[in-house]
Amino acid sequence: MTRKQRRTMFLTTGFACFAVATVLVLFALEDKVTFFYSPSDLVAEPVAPDLRIRLGGLVVDGSVMKLSDGITTTFVLTDGAAEVPVSYTGVLPDLFREGQGIIANGSFPDAAGPFVADEVLAKHDENYMPTEVADALKEAGHWQEEPEP
Amino acid sequence: MPSLLHSLASPARFQRISAHVFPWAAVLATGLIGCGLVWALVFVPPDYQQGDTVRVMYVHVPAAWMSMFCYAVMAVLSVSFLIWKHALADLAARASAPIGAAFTTVALITGSLWGKPTWGTYWEWDARLTSVLVLFFLYLGHMALSNAFDDRERGGRAAAILAVVGAINLPIIKFSVEWWNTLHQPASVLRMDGPTIHSSMLWPLLVMAAGFTAFYVVLLLIRIRSELMARRIEVLQRHRAAEGA
Repeated sequence: MTRKQRRTMFLTTGFACFAVATVLVLFALEDKVTFFYSPSDLVAEPVAPDLRIRLGGLVVDGSVMKLSDGITTTFVLTDGAAEVPVSYTGVLPDLFREGQGIIANGSFPDAAGPFVADEVLAKHDENYMPTEVADALKEAGHWQEEPEP
Repeated sequence: MPSLLHSLASPARFQRISAHVFPWAAVLATGLIGCGLVWALVFVPPDYQQGDTVRVMYVHVPAAWMSMFCYAVMAVLSVSFLIWKHALADLAARASAPIGAAFTTVALITGSLWGKPTWGTYWEWDARLTSVLVLFFLYLGHMALSNAFDDRERGGRAAAILAVVGAINLPIIKFSVEWWNTLHQPASVLRMDGPTIHSSMLWPLLVMAAGFTAFYVVLLLIRIRSELMARRIEVLQRHRAAEGA
C-alpha cells in the first residue's frame, strides 16, 4: 500500500467512525434537542407539575379569548391529534392569530389545569407569497393552514 | 474533481487561470448583487404574513447558504491537502476560513434581526440556530489552529483535520429543521417537493445567491493571490539574505 492510499484509508475510516459516533450521540440526545413538545407528546407522556417546558402547536380556531383583566389570553393548542388549553399573560407577537403555529414557554402549575405560559413565540412556516396570491388562494378555496410537523 | 484540483495545484498555472477568472467574477458579483438588492428591496411584493420583514431573507438566506458552501469547499480542499499534500489546497482553505466566518456572522445577525419581529425573540437555543453557531466556532477554530504552530505545514495539517471532522456539522445544519421540532421553519427552496416560495420572491433570491457565490470567488481569489505573492516575497527576501551573508 502506498503512503497516499494509507492516508486516504486513515481519513476515510476516521471520518466514518466520527460520523457514526455523532449519529449515536444525536440519537441519544433526541428528546433534549427537540425544541418543543407537541400536545400529543404530553398525552403520551405527561410532564411533572411546575416543570418548565416548551409547548408547540396550532392555535385552534375560535379558541382565543381575552380575559377581563385585559392582558391575559387563553387559547387551545392542537397538533391535530390532541389539544392543550393554554393561558398567557403578556404581549403577543404580531404573527399570533388563530390557525398560526406558536410555541408557548411555561409549565402546568397543577396536573388538571391549563398550561400557564410566560412567553409565546410565533413559529413561521416555510411558505412565502405576496398578499395578493394569498388572497386569491383563499378566495378560490385552496387555502389550508399548514399543519405542524 | 480531483483531476481539476490536481491541474490547479501548480501555483503558476493557478495564477494564470485566476487572472482570467477574476474580472468576470467581479463583474458578475457587482451586477447580480446590485440588481438583486434593488429587485428584493424595492420591487418584490411584501409577504402575506411578514410584510416587509421578508426582505431580510434576501441577505440572510444567501449568506447562510454561503456559510455552508464555503465550509464544504474547505473540507474538500483539506482532504486534498491531507492526501495529496497540495500546498495550494492548504493555502486556499486558510484563505476561505475568514470569508466563511464573515458569511456566518451575517447569517446569524440578519437571522436574529428577523427573528425579533417574526418569532418574538432574537435568539433561542433551537437545533438550527445552535448548529449554525457551532459552524461559526468551527471557522474560528480553523483560523486559530492553522496559525497555532511555528511550522506552517503542521498548522495546516491540524486545521485540515478540524475542517474534515467538522464537515459532519453540514448535514446536521441542513436537516436539523426536519429531524427535530425547531423554532426555525423547514427548508423553503431546497426540498423534495419543490419550493414553497412564490416565484415572484424566489427569483430575486436566486439572483442574490448567485451574486453571493460570485462575491465569494472574488474574495477567495484576492486572498489566495495576495498570499501567494506574500510567500514569493518571503522566499526572495530569504534568498537575498543568504546572498548577502
